Amino acid sequence: MTFLPAAPWVTLAVFLLPVLAGLAGAVLPAFGYLPALDGTDASLDPWRRLLDYPGFAGSLWMSLWTGFAATMISFALAIGFAAAWRGTRVFRSLQRLIAPLLSVPHAAVALGMLFLLAPSGWLLRAGSPWATGFVRPPDWATAPDPYGIVFILALVVKETPFLFLMTVAALNQVREREIVTTARTLGYGPATAWLKCVLPLVYPQLRLPVYAVLAFSLSVIDVALVLAPATNPPLGVLILRWFNDPDLGYQFVAAAGAVTQLAVVAAGIVVWWGVERLVGAMGRRWASAGDRAVLDRPVAVFSLAGTGVLWFLGAGSLLGMAVWSMARQWRFPDTLPSEWSLMNWMRRGETLIGLGGTTVTVGLISAGIALVLAVACLEHEKRDGLKPTARALWLLYIPLLVPQVAFLFGAQVLLVTAGIDGGWTALIWAHLLFVLPYVFLSLSDPFRSLDERYRTTALCLGLRPSAVFRRVTLPLLLRPILVAFAVGFAVSVSQYLPTVFAGGGRLETLTTEAVSLAGGGDRRLIGMLVFAQSVLPFVAFLLAAALPAWAFRNRAGLRGLT
Amino acid sequence: MRRLLAVFGTLSMLFCGSAAAQQPEPQWQTVLDKARGQEVFWNAWGGGDVYNNYIDWVAGRVAEEYGVTLRHVKLGDTAEAVRKVLAERSAGRSTDGAVDLIWINGENFKTMKDSALLYGPFTDRLPNFKLVDTDEKPTTVLDFTVPTDGLESPWGMAKLVFVHDTAVLSDPPKSIAAILEHAKANPGRITYPAPPDFTGTTFLKQALYELVENPVDLLSPAGENFDAVTAPLWNYLDALSPLMWREGRDFPKTGTAQRQLLSDGAVDLSYSFNIGEASSAIAEGLLPDTARTYVLDGGTIGNTHFVAIPFNAAHKDGAMVVANFLLSPEAQARKAHPDIWGEQTVLSMDRLSDDDRALFENLPRGVATLSETDLGKTLPEPHPSWMVRIEEAWLKRYGS
Repeated sequence: MTFLPAAPWVTLAVFLLPVLAGLAGAVLPAFGYLPALDGTDASLDPWRRLLDYPGFAGSLWMSLWTGFAATMISFALAIGFAAAWRGTRVFRSLQRLIAPLLSVPHAAVALGMLFLLAPSGWLLRAGSPWATGFVRPPDWATAPDPYGIVFILALVVKETPFLFLMTVAALNQVREREIVTTARTLGYGPATAWLKCVLPLVYPQLRLPVYAVLAFSLSVIDVALVLAPATNPPLGVLILRWFNDPDLGYQFVAAAGAVTQLAVVAAGIVVWWGVERLVGAMGRRWASAGDRAVLDRPVAVFSLAGTGVLWFLGAGSLLGMAVWSMARQWRFPDTLPSEWSLMNWMRRGETLIGLGGTTVTVGLISAGIALVLAVACLEHEKRDGLKPTARALWLLYIPLLVPQVAFLFGAQVLLVTAGIDGGWTALIWAHLLFVLPYVFLSLSDPFRSLDERYRTTALCLGLRPSAVFRRVTLPLLLRPILVAFAVGFAVSVSQYLPTVFAGGGRLETLTTEAVSLAGGGDRRLIGMLVFAQSVLPFVAFLLAAALPAWAFRNRAGLRGLT
Repeated sequence: MRRLLAVFGTLSMLFCGSAAAQQPEPQWQTVLDKARGQEVFWNAWGGGDVYNNYIDWVAGRVAEEYGVTLRHVKLGDTAEAVRKVLAERSAGRSTDGAVDLIWINGENFKTMKDSALLYGPFTDRLPNFKLVDTDEKPTTVLDFTVPTDGLESPWGMAKLVFVHDTAVLSDPPKSIAAILEHAKANPGRITYPAPPDFTGTTFLKQALYELVENPVDLLSPAGENFDAVTAPLWNYLDALSPLMWREGRDFPKTGTAQRQLLSDGAVDLSYSFNIGEASSAIAEGLLPDTARTYVLDGGTIGNTHFVAIPFNAAHKDGAMVVANFLLSPEAQARKAHPDIWGEQTVLSMDRLSDDDRALFENLPRGVATLSETDLGKTLPEPHPSWMVRIEEAWLKRYGS
């Protein structure tokens, strides 16, 4: 295992170098340097054009408003729910219900919500004409709406489960039950006790996931392409439009836009951090001020209602798309299709298998590579007795904090130079950038918290480290390893922008095809793609749950182990 | 002229009528030989099933006939291909490029031509190019008023048609002015896709043509006269906007998104640049059976779309073989079939053999497709510079 000592370095190289090179590839043209377009002199002209672009300011505001709103709502819901309902049956059933939503690609939820909430969408169809009196869709500005509300909702549907599960994971590291019990004996209501005593302990571990959610929401493109209004779309959509403009001069503007996007995310994180300090200071005073249970009821009601609505929106979106995939004719205001047919599936079967094949291949390979790298890093850490530092964790988060659009264009030039653009290598590598952090994050806690005594005992019995790894660590960790793999696979399935840039149009996945059809109107085909897109990660998680049960069918002791 | 054409037609009939039996010219034979076994990456807009299926069929035919493997690279926007060729040039890749053939026209063509990103001229090397009706269909060599100079090979004719649902609206507005009147009587029922979507910009061009004092101005590049010439367009749109769908504050993102709105009954009209699209959409269940198309009384904008080969394409011979096949009577007649694509051919009927002409004459016509005579007058596209500035001005006024 000579590979082990090199593992952290290989991992970092896979991550950081391309991101840095890609950023350089965006920063240089932003200041006028792009030799292919005769840009060889430093100039501020791209910035002037950027500022003059009609609607730039509006788009900037739209990005900031939707990004912050989505992050704040998701955070409040996840925390509020954990505070008010932790330890109850409601909590456990939500945990089960919400997990599948986490694995559904963003684009799938966005496409589903577009149909659910549009004026001609499912909700109104279900109520028309008997309740609303509409025989034609009303001229309402919903989905997409001018304020980006539906866009925010779609982000919240996806981000709340993520933050919720991150909270649950963080809770395992503090002695939550004891703390809450102590506080309750002092007369605090359960939610108040949690917010006053547990949240301050948990938040440091939630900080990076929250920043990742904020960075994502401030710069997301695929959801925005589907749900943001045509006028004043979020900044990312404008940047993509400039990259695609037939007038090649816009490449410079796009680069300046990408740098702006980077600045927006950086500033957003700084602002959040500032607010964190402020709230922290105020919270300290509140924590010792003595209120026992003022917040309990509102937090419980608000968080339960909020997560309920979210779950309904998420499930309704996907169900609507599944119904469309089997529709032949479904016109407003029919609640269900007037003609059903499996024709869509038969006729597009081949396309679907092709797209699904690419999606699965890239997902399996990138998740596989990520898993090997993550396990190697963690095992190396364990054998050398290294302590993971907060700084190392920041490095890992970099691809999640830097907006994709800011470095993917530059990275594309890199790929073309290396002659691997539009090929499998490039695509897998681009996915790996985003798959690896999630695989690592999902695996590191179980790996690090594995009781050291198993290893020590095996070593004392004379096993070599590699044999210990193979015969003790691996079987003990089979379940989290498979879950990490499924997480990686799900992340890969949902990638839009990296696929567009690295796949060079030659390699398409279910996600890119679904988003490119979003404007195209055939809801039956979109329904099929969304359905397939949502089912794949789900199957991966099912297998991750089923395989250990099968492998350990003769080992009672391993079945209950995490 | 007519006689000359007839003579030319006969000659070309002699020449091409039995092309399959004859040995091709030696030069073309060289191209065919080199093309065999090549894998051609055709970057073409992939947002419509109808077009994707047609391209699939082409792939099958060129594989069978010429041993060329055709791969359809589906684009969301043609400019992606332009950007890719550009990225390759910035990376110094001047041979062995990833893009072999691009479905292209208008602004994208002008950009590539101006930046010398195209290979050619090559159209005079294609045997089937002689069948193209460059006289009656001048847009086959003038792409948005820009001379093609043999750098792109025509593929099909597009013409703006209006779609309405006869069950909802039996007597649709037949001029740009009448559309405003219709909006006054029925607020919220008219819209157009947000530029830079091409259906949206085409609607603006159509409006400009009808409103402008002197349409000839539009054929030369826009200059100082821009504000004066386009003033009537802005007055019109200012009046229309508050009466539009969502009070003109939001727009469908694409032409097909607007077709979906029409199908949902949310608006009264949609526009299509393909005369047969409505018929095939009805057959697909994407439009109600009662949908029909029509053109405006003063005629509508039309243009030609093309295929071009980038300067650094890895498989130029294969690309030329595909371009030539696209011009064959077989491929053109299939494209004109209403169940397949339903588009006007670029070929001249006079220059075809009797057998080939019969391919076109025996075509059925879609239920919502207009006949050649009903299609009326075709207005030329304005010079691309007009559209660039109109898109900018539109964004300032309505898009932000």
